Order: sequence, then structure tokens, then C-alpha cells
Amino acid sequence: MSAPSREFHRQARQVTRDLNHRSFVQKALDGYYRKRDEYSARFRSWQGARDLAFEIKFDAINHLDHHLEEFARKAEARGTRVHWCPDGGAATQTILEIARQNNVRSIIKSKSMTTEEIHLNDALEARGFGVFESDLGEYIVQLRHEPPYHIVFPAMHLTRGQISDLFQSELGSAPTNDPEELTMIARRVMRKKFCEADMGISGANFAVSETGMISITENEGNARLTTSLPRIHVAVLGIEKVLPRMEDLALFLPMLATSGAGQALTGYNTLIGGPRQSDEADGPGQFHIVLLDNRRTVILADPEQRDALHCIRCGACLNVCPVFKNVGGHTYGTTYPGPIGSVITPHLRGLQSWKHLSAASSLCGACTDACPVKIDIHHHLLRNRRNAARKKPVWWERILFAGYIVLMRSPRLYRLGLRLGRIGQKFHPLVEGTRLDPLRAWTATRALPPLAKTSFREQWKARRR
Amino acid sequence: MRISLFVPCFVDACYPQVAMAAVEVLERLGHTVEFPEAQTCCGQPPFNTGMWNEARVVARRHMRVFEDAEAIVALSGSCGAMMKVFYPELFSGDADEPLAREISSKTREFSDFLVNVLQVTDVGASFPGRATYHDGCHSLRELRLKRPPRTLLENVRGLELVEMDEAETCCGFGGMFSVKFPMISSAMGEVKCDSIEATGAEFVISSDSSCLMQIEGIFRRSGRPRRCLHLAEVLASRGSLPG
Ligand code: SF4
Repeated sequence: MSAPSREFHRQARQVTRDLNHRSFVQKALDGYYRKRDEYSARFRSWQGARDLAFEIKFDAINHLDHHLEEFARKAEARGTRVHWCPDGGAATQTILEIARQNNVRSIIKSKSMTTEEIHLNDALEARGFGVFESDLGEYIVQLRHEPPYHIVFPAMHLTRGQISDLFQSELGSAPTNDPEELTMIARRVMRKKFCEADMGISGANFAVSETGMISITENEGNARLTTSLPRIHVAVLGIEKVLPRMEDLALFLPMLATSGAGQALTGYNTLIGGPRQSDEADGPGQFHIVLLDNRRTVILADPEQRDALHCIRCGACLNVCPVFKNVGGHTYGTTYPGPIGSVITPHLRGLQSWKHLSAASSLCGACTDACPVKIDIHHHLLRNRRNAARKKPVWWERILFAGYIVLMRSPRLYRLGLRLGRIGQKFHPLVEGTRLDPLRAWTATRALPPLAKTSFREQWKARRR
Repeated sequence: MRISLFVPCFVDACYPQVAMAAVEVLERLGHTVEFPEAQTCCGQPPFNTGMWNEARVVARRHMRVFEDAEAIVALSGSCGAMMKVFYPELFSGDADEPLAREISSKTREFSDFLVNVLQVTDVGASFPGRATYHDGCHSLRELRLKRPPRTLLENVRGLELVEMDEAETCCGFGGMFSVKFPMISSAMGEVKCDSIEATGAEFVISSDSSCLMQIEGIFRRSGRPRRCLHLAEVLASRGSLPG
């Protein structure tokens, strides 16, 4: 068992037992389900919209080279600097360089999972830069020194009381249970940071290749400040973010809002097309786009799972996943938790170390039905399992299934197995559910169905006679 | 019609009454039921584990057993989906790919077969009681059978069908998943059982005995037993409780 797998098991055991966590997450998501259904019903056809989104993304990803080059060309034409970074190290280096060359001291960030993926904050802080998250949820988990719990709702695991306690101890604020008051506390701190910051780092939800613009979706307005107030703006985005045409946003913006947060449209949708132009009065003097590969091209090279790059990081698959809801976001130990994380993490960080995530699924398929861009999520988990077993089968599974084949190939042995099972069953109550029980993995929490006195095939034979 | 019945191995061993009930329903409708006795397992356990070579050995054998069938009726949405949805992918590029496609097109899950092939919606059953229906994930999302079992149940006299909030939520069984990750599997099962309990239904009905094994197992272990019945058992009923 790999170290990440051991850790996953350990945390899963802990969190699944926590009934408070279970009901809290359930309640947190109930409102989302209602709103998501309400707004997806407002599409003339939600399923039709998904089909169309799939087609657009299919084109974008299958002609990624073309669209990316067009995007970069158009962006550079308006004075944007585009940096092509093969991995996290290169991206971090690039951003550090920009910061150093421009005597940057303080950095403000808006929400970006891509920067989480490359651990940008750690790298910047280690070099002495002050880094502040301006998205409320991100700010909260930053104060707690923990990674986001969810890709859209980073602090969804915390109660208002916990947040109040955190603000009290970290910021010295007075205790309160009022969400607005809590927001105001954070806002007072953030405002100051916005004014001090000389560099703003954002992510992007989409990159429109036709115009060379990035599109950012948010509900708090903090991304607008992050990208317009400081003198330098750096946007970090994965190469899969590309959409071919501006008009594609007419579909993707409402879709992302509906799937992601149960909204018709997200509060603020911003398009950024370059640094301050000569005839403009304000805006950052420099705009850098960091295009990150970081093994996305490994997924691109796999025709079976290429559609995993369609992902718009809406989080819908997490919200409907019974595994996610029961183990929680932190248990995965990945930047991207939940179903899509279980699909892509083995590609991004190594199949053998992360294959357990693909095994930790009942393959129920709720994720695939929820995905707005129709990624074949749960079947990819199955394909990851196949790829892992093909390269390095687990020894005990090999033995188990060798025995299984022998049994299933011969109806006579199969019948003999049944008879032995019935004998074994007589003695099973002696150890049932205890440490000596060979079936303990099942029986510790569940009763075992008894083998019938006569199997169907025996009854069938008797009936024919 | 000549119907070849596929009785999944665990139904054969633990729930023979389910298969007997299905035979009864199909025969009552005037069809000939065959049970190819060489059948064992469809190969789903190794397939889901990722051991596709091993799965192919058993699945190939299974396909040969049903090669001459006119229609194959699977008594489980999960094993039915294995044959209908996954065989073509499992044998893709293999010499037996054409056979896999043929088997796939001939295979139907029980409720699918009744409603969509035989066009029967009322089998003349009566069953007194309040019940809730659990959608097995393979029936629901691989085979898209949300309506057929409900259509059949709505026509059962005396049966009151109540929907639970989490009808479409996985029960947590998932085959090997249930023993590889028992903590997650059991937590999912508990969520399911709580939702069933909230309906006040005395009976849980499903088209998948494997889900029922999980649901019943959790109910029994937590000391709040509830009757779990396969759809076929309810449809075979003539007023009195089966078993
Ligand atoms: S895989 Fe689909 S549902 Fe999940 S986050 Fe990505 S786009 Fe959303």
C-alpha cells in the first residue's frame, strides 16, 4: 500500500465515523441541489446544453495546439506576456522572476486551484513575499493553514462558530454568528491588503482563443480588485481552459454558475484582454499569463481519457458524490478532491501511488450524470483500475481471481464450493464480527446473508424431474 | 418467447426464491423459461477490480453458455449492465467482439424485459403493504431504467409505493469496494437506510439483490430489521407475503 493510500484509509476511517460531519455536509449541499435543479430547468434543454458543451470542449481539447497558439498570439498583440510552463517548478520560477524584477513586496491573490496545484503560496512565502488570499473561503483556510476542502467552496466544512473562533484568535475580532458581520471582519483586513499589494495573482475560468482574453467568474468582487488594483497582474491557468470562441461563453458562463453554485449567473463575470493600453487611464501596467502544462499533456496523449481535460472545475461531481460526502475533501490528500480528482490525480502524480482513489468508488455514476461537459468520469475510474492492474497487479487479488476462475469455469467445483460454504456457515457465528472472522471486512458493520439450503439450480433440477 | 434466464451466482446461492419468483412471473405470462445450467458468473468482480484478462476468461465462457439464447433476462441490473454495457468494451478488439455485441443486444434486465420487450405493465400481482423502491446504480445510470420497475409496481394491487429522498443515492455496495473500503461503504449504506426508514415503509424493493444484501445487512446489524424484496418476488405475489 502506498503512503497516500494508507493516509486515505486512515482519514476515511475517521471522517466516516463523524456523524456531525455527515449531516453538516448533507445540509450544506441541500440548498445547492434545490437551486441547481431550479436553474438547470430554466435551460431550454439542460441535456442539450450538456451535449453542446461537450462538443465545444471536444473541439477545444482535440485541437488544443491550434487554439492555444491563437490564444497566445491574440493576447500578445495587446501587450500581454504569455509564459509557457511545462511544470509547476517552471511556473513558480517564472512568477518569482516577475516579482523580483519589479521589486514586488506584497501579493494579493484571488481564488485559483491551479496555483494550489503548484503550491505557489508556499514557494512565494519561502522567498519572503507576503501572500494574501482575498476570496473569503480561501482566506479562511489560509488562516487555518489547510488546503481548500472543496474546489468551489474551500471552507464548506466549517461552521460559522468555527470561523468566528478563528477570526477571534487570528484577527482579534469579537465573536459573532452573523455571516455578514464575519464577512465584514475579513473585508476590513482585505481592503488594506488590496491597497498595499503590488502584484495580483488570479486564476482563470476560461481562455478565449478567438480574442486572447481570459474570463474570470466570482461572487465576491475580490477577483476584480485583484486583477485591476495592483500594478502587475499574473494569471495562472492550465492549458485545458481554452474555449475557441467568445460566443462559447454564452453557454459556459451560465452552465458553470448552475453546476457550480446553483446560480443563474455568477455575481461577477470579468473578461480581461491585456494590460493598461496607451489610451487607458488605469489598470495594471503589466499583464502576464502563465500557461501551465504540469502533465496535462499526459492526459491529452490518452485518447480514452482525454475528455478529462474538458473539466471546467465546477465541482458538481463532488457535490453529488456519496464518497466525497462521506469522507470529506481533505481525506483525498489531493489538490482536486472528489470524482474528477480521482480520475486525473493518477495521471498527474503517478498511477501506482494514487490508484487507490480509483478503487475507492462504488462506480455509482452520479458524477458522470452531473458533469456539465459530460466527462465519462466513473468509467475512467474503471479504466484507471485496469491500467494499474495491467502494470502491477496486486498479489492477493491475483491469487483471489485465479481461484475464482477455477471455480467459475467448472460448474461442478462451483457446486462443491457452495456445499463447503454451507458447512463453513454453520461455524461462522462463533467468530462473526470478531477479529478472527475472515469475513470481518463485511461483518463488522453488516449482517451476512445466509447461503440458501438449496440453491436455485438445485431447485430447478428438482422441479424439472 | 423462449427466455434464457441468467441467475447471478450470489442470487443462485443466497436468494434462490428471487429466481423462482422470476420464473413464475415469466411462465404465468405464457413464456418458456430456460436455465442454462452451465452458467456461473458474468465476470464482473475481476472486471471491476481492473483484472480484465481474468474477467475475459470468465465472461467468454459465460457468453458461450448463452450463445444460442433467443433472449437473455438478467436478474440483476448490475450483472445485466456488465453484459449489456461492458462486454463490448471488455472484448473490444478481441476475436469475440462480435459475440459480445450480440450478447449485449440480447440481454435485458428483468423489469426492462417485461416493460420494454414484452410490453407488460400489469402482471396481475397483488401485495399488501407500504414499500419504497431503491434504484440500483447500474439499473439507473448504465441501463437507464428509472421508470420500468415503478410502472410495474404501480400496477400491483394493494401496494403503496412511497419514494425516499435518497432513492437515487448509491447504497454503497459496489462489489469489492464494500470490503476494500468497508468504512466508506457502510457510511453510504447508513445514509441509505436512514432515508428508507424516514419513509416509514415496511418493505424495500429493488431490482438488485446485491444492493439489498447491503441494505438488509446494515438494517439487521443495527437491530432494526426491514424486509427487503427483489422486484420479482413482489410481482410473483398473489396477496400473501412471499417466503
Ligand atoms: S468533472 Fe465535470 S462535474 Fe466535475 S468539476 Fe469537472 S466539469 Fe465539473
